[in-house]
Amino acid sequence: MGTATAQDILWPEVELIRNEFPILQQTVNGRPLVYLDNGATTQKPVSVIRSMQEYYTQYNSNVHRGVHTLSQQATSAYEAARHAVAAFIGAHHHEVVFTKGTTDAINLVANGFRKAILKEGDEIIISGMEHHSNIVPWQLICEEKGAKLKVVPVTDKGELDMDAFRSLLNGRVKLVSITWVSNTMGTVNPVKEIISLAHEQGIPVLLDAAQAAAHIPIKVHELDVDFLALSGHKLFGPTGIGILYGKESWLEKLPPYQGGGDMIKQVTFDKTTYADVPLKFEAGTPAICEAIGLGAAVAWVNKIGIHKIQAYEHQLTEYAVAALKQVEGIRFIGEARHRSGAISFLVGDTHPSDVGVLLDQQGIAVRTGHHCTQPLCDRFGIPGTVRASLAVYNITADIDKLVEGVRKAVTLLG
Amino acid sequence: MTIKEQQDRIIEDFEVFGDWMEKYEYIIQLGKDLPLIDPQYKTDDNLIRGCQSKVWLHAELKDGKLVFTADSDAVITKGLVSLVVQVLSGHAPKDIAEADIYFIDAIGLTSHLSPTRSNGLLSMLKQIKLYAVAFQAKSMQN
Repeated sequence: MGTATAQDILWPEVELIRNEFPILQQTVNGRPLVYLDNGATTQKPVSVIRSMQEYYTQYNSNVHRGVHTLSQQATSAYEAARHAVAAFIGAHHHEVVFTKGTTDAINLVANGFRKAILKEGDEIIISGMEHHSNIVPWQLICEEKGAKLKVVPVTDKGELDMDAFRSLLNGRVKLVSITWVSNTMGTVNPVKEIISLAHEQGIPVLLDAAQAAAHIPIKVHELDVDFLALSGHKLFGPTGIGILYGKESWLEKLPPYQGGGDMIKQVTFDKTTYADVPLKFEAGTPAICEAIGLGAAVAWVNKIGIHKIQAYEHQLTEYAVAALKQVEGIRFIGEARHRSGAISFLVGDTHPSDVGVLLDQQGIAVRTGHHCTQPLCDRFGIPGTVRASLAVYNITADIDKLVEGVRKAVTLLG
Repeated sequence: MTIKEQQDRIIEDFEVFGDWMEKYEYIIQLGKDLPLIDPQYKTDDNLIRGCQSKVWLHAELKDGKLVFTADSDAVITKGLVSLVVQVLSGHAPKDIAEADIYFIDAIGLTSHLSPTRSNGLLSMLKQIKLYAVAFQAKSMQN
């Protein structure tokens, strides 16, 4: 048992971080686990696991309505988590709605736009590198309302064609919904410029920050973004929890997503008035334990420092790209100037799933397939990619094992 | 060889391998050796779509026996397909429809494959049995 014990050449202290992740201390298929599927989900530090265990063992109770001690403790912890996430993204706490995750947050906004904003002939702008969760909700509402979905093309390097983006902006566009970081290619989009250009024409912007949150400092007020969605499980927190940030004025304007308990001011059979934001969007018993876990995850990231994480991952990504370039026949999908987190590639004629299976045999976890970005794969004319996605606990030894594992897989498949 | 004998032969073949890497080497070789499907049958109608890779499966009746040809865009999948084709191709539709398929479990494939991949394999087996039932029904009508 046990993972790399040698100090990492880029950041010796990273070994201390690795020690906080029990799951990394195991073997898979007889080899020490090399976990490089962080774009799908990140592993959890003991502080997150412990916070969730404490909730269930010490103060499991429902929130907001109970007068008893446990309920008050649960409510305090739940709301403290909201404050923690708000501070993490530079928002006011009442601008943070707990959701099931990024997908749920995007659907919340889509549903609100369907009900309150969108009319026939309107347009929504997305990009060619979106995850399906930032495509399908907009397709659904556009079909229903007779609106049009406009797609910003992606260049051969895997960057957004910003000239095309500018040309798509017009008075009919009601929302721009774009990913901050591509989950497939790791491209970091110029979100400040996107927001600024859209705002010049009075168009609001939603950022899918699912792949950004664990890698890049987020300051929503500085960005002046209108909506931002992220998932807890991609930020060292639990699954089933995420947030939607919305400017207060927008959250006020959008109708409730779902009806139920805890989202109302008053209910009569004639009329219901709704609670203030954000509770207006949190019908029913929320994912209390998961929210608390997310609060702990944010605290853990703060302890390391997101700027430090960003700087280290930048070095690690450069190391990984340089190391993978040594593999004969490798072809990168996405070579953006600004990138973070994910590296996608193909080697020769090998199918990504074959490479993935053989890497798994060597204890190396990567993602293969279309990564829920089928239109992007179609754009490059490929069935999918092998994707290595990094997190702060990855080390250069992981990359070395990946390169060695890919070489072995390709030899076997050749 | 009967379907049962074919399965027993495969189980025996897999017993010689020391670890799963060797088993995969063998599966890859099977994939490379699998005769390709006639391109005219590589159509959407014959496509079994999985999350990771594609499989094309064509069935035709020759002298009362159901013959399968197949292909995949991924070579490991193709090797797995090859095993299934070896076991079930060239038998009477009735025998295929009624066959008890146990070799996948016996060689440890079910527990070793990811759920996605093993679901794909099960989808293919299901499709083969459906063909067998359909051809059986057709021959009874005739």
